[in-house]
Amino acid sequence: MKRRQFVQTLGAGSVLGASTLIAGCATTGGSGGPRVVIIGGGYGGATAAKYIRMWSEGTVNVTLVEPNASFVSCPISNLVLGGHKTMADVTTPYDNLVKRHGVQLVRDMAAAIDPDKRVVKLASGQELGYDRLIVSPGIDFMWETLPGMSKAGAQDRVLHAWKAGPQTVALRKQLEAMPNGGVYALTIPLAPYRCPPGPYERACMVASYFKKAKPRSKVIIFDANEDIQSKKGLFLKAWKEHYDGMIEYRPKHAVTDVDAATNTLKFEFNDDFKPAVANVVPAMRAGDIAVKTGLATANKRWCEVDWLTFESKAVKNVHVLGDALQIAPAMPKSGHMANQHGKTCAAAVVALLTGKQPAQLPIYNNTCYSFVTEEDVVHVASVHRYDAAQKTMLTVPGSGGVSSAASELEGRYAMAWARNIWADVLA
Amino acid sequence: MKSWRHGLVLAALTVAAPYASAQAADALQVRNWAAACANCHGTNGVAQPGMESLAGQKQEDLAKKMLDFKNGRKPATVMHQLAKGYSDEQIQQISAYFAALKK
Repeated sequence: MKRRQFVQTLGAGSVLGASTLIAGCATTGGSGGPRVVIIGGGYGGATAAKYIRMWSEGTVNVTLVEPNASFVSCPISNLVLGGHKTMADVTTPYDNLVKRHGVQLVRDMAAAIDPDKRVVKLASGQELGYDRLIVSPGIDFMWETLPGMSKAGAQDRVLHAWKAGPQTVALRKQLEAMPNGGVYALTIPLAPYRCPPGPYERACMVASYFKKAKPRSKVIIFDANEDIQSKKGLFLKAWKEHYDGMIEYRPKHAVTDVDAATNTLKFEFNDDFKPAVANVVPAMRAGDIAVKTGLATANKRWCEVDWLTFESKAVKNVHVLGDALQIAPAMPKSGHMANQHGKTCAAAVVALLTGKQPAQLPIYNNTCYSFVTEEDVVHVASVHRYDAAQKTMLTVPGSGGVSSAASELEGRYAMAWARNIWADVLA
Repeated sequence: MKSWRHGLVLAALTVAAPYASAQAADALQVRNWAAACANCHGTNGVAQPGMESLAGQKQEDLAKKMLDFKNGRKPATVMHQLAKGYSDEQIQQISAYFAALKK
């Protein structure tokens, strides 16, 4: 038997193991050691899955519940909107987590969590028992803040494309179909939201497409916030330098409703606006399953955790990662950060399951690259260290910062960052 | 070959020894710190194309580079900002960890 065949057979065996587990008793220990169930295979959950398998040397069973066959990255997906990358460029299958790391992948949605019985109920009706559960659900939208968006068909017509996937493709099609001279409007909710510099990068990418294909078109950004939320000076410089007269920024413009049938944006204090393409990023909160389970303890929006273990402050044996968290001071909701959460949590969960004390001084960093043209990139970076007195993560004084200027060199680093983090999460 | 690798691990541990403290005894803590570099420099320090691999580099070389970034002696786009987030002792410990990993 060739080595590759052997590994694949092992992988298949693991999947069989998963179905046995599903059918088996939900609350007693499985045959092969402690069981961790992870809900959500994004930057946080998939990282935790791989690192728990790696750091427990295969002794902890990991079942990853994820409806999609492949991981689609939000970072770099704005380049798809600009026409500079394809969906294939931002898509990675989950195969290696299964084949190389023995993660049991269950393609399903988590419908409910019973923390007393320690069982996850799946949409298909199956149940998964756990010793520890990791919830990495990302964000869901607060549609109730935009009543018109609940009308039939509204969410198919006015897109957010703030979860990379079918909406990214659909928004690109809307941009392609738009006439030269049409206006693309992007609305940004009040912070905190997923990926603070993301909207401003998106404006650059859409404008870079217009510059080539629709030079009479414009980008108008309606920001509910008082000012640009990240890399302000660098974005303003890029807009002036590359897209002068093409990108218009309007702060303090909170969208209060959308009439999707007529593509009309309604504001608290300003006149209605009717663009050719309306891209509405609604206010967001922790993913539905977290809210339903009572994990979202901060304003019923975000989940509070112990920063040493990522265990929920509300529900025992349940850990929460990524964008769903009530952030620590100056900690962005980013894929890079979720990957760091995933590793810190993985280490803590392996320690807890083997009766050891979790490490007491987490230190990790964030690097967030934004494309301002197809080649030129700017970054913001920070280092976050646990503060035992305040029991939270704080940025290390004197560390971090932004690019001195946009550069092609950072453009190459940004793509190398993407290749490396995708491999760290999934390979 | 094997004994050479073994020698390297020993060398790395020996170099790291002067910096050992009560905290340094926690090898898993250092492993976790090092894992935070993997986003860009690859799982276990083995990078994908376009970024520098850290695994198996000499401890003193890694530590010198990081300290030079930290003190502004080595120009960078981002590493000078990240290096300032770590104490000199942490830099020595993380460098020793990567030096002991297989290339």
